[in-house]
Order: sequence, then C-alpha cells, then structure tokens
Amino acid sequence: MKEALRVEWTKLRTVAGTGWLLAAVVLLTVGLGVASSFAVNCSGVGCGQDPAKISLSGIAFGQVVVAVLAVSAVGGEYGTGMIRVTLAAIPRRSTVLVAKAAVVGALVLVAGSAAVLVSVLAGRFILRDNGFTEAHGHAVLSLADGPVLRAAVGSVLYLVLVGLLSLGVATAVRDAAAAIGIVLGLLYLFPIVAAVVSDPDWVERLQRISPMTAGLAVQATTGLDSLPIGPWAGLGVLSLWAAGALSGGGLLLRLRDA
Amino acid sequence: MTATTTPFRSGVQVGRDGFGQLLRAEWTKFRTVRGWVIGLVAAALVTVLIGLFGAAASNISCSGPDGGPCAGMTPPMGPGGVPVHDNFSFAHRSLTGDGSITARMTSLTAVSSSDGQNPVSGLQPWTKAGIIIKESTTPGSQYAALAVTGENGVRMQHNYTGDIAGTLFTRPSWLRLTRSGDTIAGHESADGANWHLVGTVTLPGLPSTVRAGMFAASPQHEVITESFAGASGRSYPTRATAEFDRISLQGGWPDDTWTGEDIGGGPGGDDIGFQESGDGVTVSGSGNIAPIVAGRGGLGTTVESGLVGAFAGLIAIIVVASTFMTSEYRRGLIRTSLSASPRRGRVLAAKAVVLWSVTFVTGLVAASVAVPLARAVQRDKGHFMFTVPTATELRVVIGTAALLAVAAVFSLAVGTVLRRSAGAVSVVIVVMVLPYILAIASVLPSGPSDWLLRVTPAAAFAVQQSLPEYAQVTAAYAPADGYFPLSPSAGFAVLCGYTALALGVATLALRRRDA
Repeated sequence: MKEALRVEWTKLRTVAGTGWLLAAVVLLTVGLGVASSFAVNCSGVGCGQDPAKISLSGIAFGQVVVAVLAVSAVGGEYGTGMIRVTLAAIPRRSTVLVAKAAVVGALVLVAGSAAVLVSVLAGRFILRDNGFTEAHGHAVLSLADGPVLRAAVGSVLYLVLVGLLSLGVATAVRDAAAAIGIVLGLLYLFPIVAAVVSDPDWVERLQRISPMTAGLAVQATTGLDSLPIGPWAGLGVLSLWAAGALSGGGLLLRLRDA
Repeated sequence: MTATTTPFRSGVQVGRDGFGQLLRAEWTKFRTVRGWVIGLVAAALVTVLIGLFGAAASNISCSGPDGGPCAGMTPPMGPGGVPVHDNFSFAHRSLTGDGSITARMTSLTAVSSSDGQNPVSGLQPWTKAGIIIKESTTPGSQYAALAVTGENGVRMQHNYTGDIAGTLFTRPSWLRLTRSGDTIAGHESADGANWHLVGTVTLPGLPSTVRAGMFAASPQHEVITESFAGASGRSYPTRATAEFDRISLQGGWPDDTWTGEDIGGGPGGDDIGFQESGDGVTVSGSGNIAPIVAGRGGLGTTVESGLVGAFAGLIAIIVVASTFMTSEYRRGLIRTSLSASPRRGRVLAAKAVVLWSVTFVTGLVAASVAVPLARAVQRDKGHFMFTVPTATELRVVIGTAALLAVAAVFSLAVGTVLRRSAGAVSVVIVVMVLPYILAIASVLPSGPSDWLLRVTPAAAFAVQQSLPEYAQVTAAYAPADGYFPLSPSAGFAVLCGYTALALGVATLALRRRDA
C-alpha cells in the first residue's frame, strides 16, 4: 500500500497540470467568494443574508477544478494506456484505486483548506466594510464562531468529497470528457430542475438528494430551520454519492479488462 | 548516352479537393464513432425526459369546495388568451351606442396593512382609478380605461396589455372617454377646458350596449426578501379610494343611478366600495386590471418550462462537441486530417459545419417533442398555460436548438485551443451553466445575477423567455421567474460573439502550432 501511494503521488506530482489545477482551485474559489462579498450590501437590520455562505460561495466554482483534477488522474491513464502499466505493476486493483483516492483527496484537502481560509479571511474584512456589522445584527465573520468553523471545515470536506465522486465516476466510464460531463451534470442539474418544479414536496426531495444543494447545506450559518436538510446530514448525502461512485468504479475496475 | 527517365505519374485521376470532400470526411468521422452518436441520442432523450419530469413533478393541490381540480384557481382569460387579473370596484351604468363620460378626480389615496394592524399609506406605483368602458361585468372582458395612477401619471389602458402614457401628473385630473363604434378615445385635462388626447384604442367587436363608469383598483404591496435560501415574497393587500365629481354623461345612458359592484369577487364581501354624495362619487377597491406575470410557485406554466431538460442535453452535447476535436489530438488522427487537407482553417470550418448541423437537428427534434409533451402533462394536471403567439413558441423551440448548436461549435473551438477534453468540457459548462445556476438558485443577489446573465455565454438562455415584461405591472422579473436581463436576440448574440471569438483563436492556434 505504501508503494502504491508513492507511485500515485509520483505520477500526480510529475504531471504538468496538477500544480496549475491546485492553484486554480484556490484562485477561483477565493475570486468568486471575494466578488460575491463585494456585491452584497447590508444597509439595515437583518439583511437576510448569510455572511459565511457569501464568503464561501466560490466553492461552487472551485469544485469544477477539483473535478477536473480528479477526473484527469484516472482519465489520463486510460487516455495514454498507462493504466495497463499501472495494473501490471500493482495487480491488486482496489489498492490502486484506494491509493489514487488517498493522494487526490490529500491534495484537495490542502488546496481546499488554503482556499477556504483565504475566502473566510477576505470575507471577514470585505463584509464588515459592506455593513455586516454588530449594529446590523451580524457578528463579524470569525472561525472562532462555532457555525462558521463548521461551514469552513464542511466546505473543505465538500471539495474532498467532490474529488472522490469524480474519481469514482471517471474510473467507471474510463473517459475524461464523459466523466466530467456526468460529474458536472450531477452537481448542476439538480438545482436547475428544483427551481422549475413547482410541487414543494418534489422541490424538497430534489434538494435533499442533490449532491451540490445538500452538500452545500453545511455552509449555512443562519436560517438553519428553513434548510431542506441539516448541515452535516447534507454532507452525509454527498458522502453517499461519493462512496457509491467509488465502489461502483472499483467494482468495474475489478471486473473489466484494463 | 544517357537514358532519360520519365518521372512516374499515377494514372489515377486527381481527386477533387473541395470543401464538400472535407465535409464528407468530417461527417463520416462523426457518424462512425459510436460514442458520439450515443451522446447525441442521449442529449435528445434527457432533454425530453427531464422536461417531462419537471412537468410531472409540478403537482399542485387545490382544496377547492368540491375537491376537484384547480378549476376555481384558473384565472380569467383576457382577449387573446392571456391570463389576467380583473378585480376592481366598479360604479357603472349602461351605455348604449356612442357616447362619452367625463369626470373630475379630486383625490386618490390608498391604505396598506403591511403590519397587519394599522393601515398606513399604501399608494402603489400602479394603484389606479379613473373611468372605464367595459364590454360587460364578466372578468376578462374587453375594456378601455383612462386612469390616474399612483406614480405614473395618467394612463390609457385597454385589454390588459395595452398601456399609453398620458402627460398629466397633477390633481385634480379631468378624464374623458368617448366611444364611437369600436374605437374609444381618451382625453385628459388639468382644468376641464383644455383637453389633450392621450390615445385612441380599438376594441374589435364591442357590443352596442356596454357598462361604463368609475373604477378603483390597487395591486398588492409586495415585499421581497432576498436570501441565500431563495427569494421569499410577502404581499399585503392595499385598498385605493378615489373621489370623483363633475360627472357628465353624453349619449345613450338609460340607467338613472350608478350600480356599485366588486368585479371579480373582491375580498370585501358586503362592503362594496361605492358611495354617492351630492354630485360626487367615491369608489374604493383592491385588485388589479392587468396581465398575470409568471413567477416561481405560480400556478401557470410557460412554454419554456418544458425545456428545462435542455441543460442536461447541453452538457451531453458539450462533451460530444469537445471530444470531436480533442480525440483527434489524443489518437494522433489530427496529423492525418491535416496532411489530407493542409489548409487548416478549412478543417476547423468543416468540423464546425458538421457539428452545427447535427446538433441543431438533434436539438430541434428534442425541443419540438419536449414542449408539447410537457404541455399535455401540465394541462392534464389542471394548470393553465401562458398562451403565447405561435411565432414566439417557434422562436423558443428553434432558439433552443440554435443555442445547443452554437454551444457545440463553441465547445469545438475551446477544445481546439485546449486540446484536452476534460479542460474543454469543464470550461464550457462553467461559462454556460454555472452563471445560470448562480442566478436562478439565488446564490447571488439579483444585481450581480443580472450581470452574469448579460456578460457570460449563459445570456443565450434568453431565447427561451416566452413572456414579455410589462412596464405597467410591478413584479420581480427575476431570472428564476423566467425573465432575463437581455432580449432573446441580444442574449443569443452574446453567445455567438463568444463563439466567433473562440473560433478565431482556435484557427490561429491550429495554424501556428504543430499538430
């Protein structure tokens, strides 16, 4: 296993794109978060906005890069035929997948932590200048605050889980383009359909099973009662999606020829 | 003596090197790759299926008196099949044949019960009261009205969607409506002596005897709170009161007195908002005379609601279109393609033409199946449709197909520049789908959302907007309700602009770089 981890780490480290993609995760997440923080204003008491969620809204953007990174880690091997060498060297296929998941997950954990930390810090100052102050009923954004810490840690875990989901899907379909299409479809289509459907029961059902909407519930720090699903339960839904994709991919990897 | 050798010349005739050959080559490539054909079929299928799911999951429960379908919830239909609000207080008499009514409005006030307890001043921008000539007292019937509004001066309105601005903003306001045949003219005056024509409208097939008189209506006061969970609106009823005097009638007015009536079943019950004192008349009422605006959570369904699956179809098409180029790089086929046709720009052009055509046809089939199917399901459930002219419906369907086709060419160009499928697919999905999600899922406040749908390729989804915005009706008109900041053609032009730019960069990159 240690060998497998080292192999995967070397492969991912020496591919030119990895560094750029990790930098992009941080830049895009922080960029959209900062832009959103600048865009909102709180001029009266109780603006109905959730400061933690605003500063972390860049996750919706950053997750795409995470998906690309994870999909490329598998799709690249199939694209070049490298997978046959990998499986010849490490014949236990589940070991390969677990090692890949561990390395990708660890990289996303590092990049995601940096992105979330900078986003919250930037949000703290920008939102305070835009009127999210004590006077307007909003505590200044701080990681010492329990719900904010949960939102921040949850966002990092969200990115990791999106990475694992993408890894599983890519292992199952063996093609980078199709895999990224499926992953982004899974993430983005649920919110769109939920916005069109008018039956409130169906809206709630869709939001509860949607990997993105349910998973991002972990970012909410205000109005927890009106959430379709609890913060940690929502992240649990995304973990189920990721676990399902990984085990499906792992099964297919065992059953099929490389 | 040296033997001269003649160089070898092939006896085979030189093949034509036209653009047609290239098109054929690209078409052959496309149709022989199983994954691409499956991808296109999948795009059409998910477009239809998700559209159907959206329609089927739009269940509404109406607890009507007989427990039946939402018959009582169906609004009256105005002329032309537009669903309308037609609730107002009406003090009316019969008018037979041609004639006119003149009245002076001395005051217009309105109260709102925003906090549920103490009435406060609630004059809405489109609170309106004035004089009206109406086909009958049935809601949805034809009318022409000359009204003083809360903040928009004197307005001549007719048949719910017509709205002509007057010039008078001062009170008292003198108003006059004159009927001759099918046409009704509205005049305004500040002093009752100098009259100014506001507008003339035609009500086709207006019966000889109509109802005419004074009216008052005030729309609900809407308070919309935006939050990340979504925009939530609360509305409070408002009630307008208008005082009229110096009423003079010319022509055939057989009735001796005014009849007060709440048209469209006002909430007041016995409290008909009509009082007479001397030569003055006071009318007070709630409601609105206006087209219904589509919105999230509303009962009505629009044409484009059947096309929500186009997003899923778009993702499938983006995958196919990007790999149409990137797979040439992955397999090295690009070197063969460029040896066969060394003029590289033409290879890209041929690919674009083939891709545009197949995705346009796919989109057209999917959209023209999805729209009627979704409509049939919705109608079965008792929803009413926002009927639009056939030309608009065609624009929505053909526009969606064209959107998918241009998006495919855009993906092709991005794929040519990046040469990596995962990167190309995600770039296109991010610029086309993510802005729409951020806008409709209320992740962002409405200002930045509107901008996202102006400057990103997602602006093209404006081609799906079937209903116009009415300046004379206050509503949110948010992307989530189906209203886009750009007009359909302007939004589509934004996507075309990005595609042209990407094609330009792709041609340059293809020419400059080694294959």
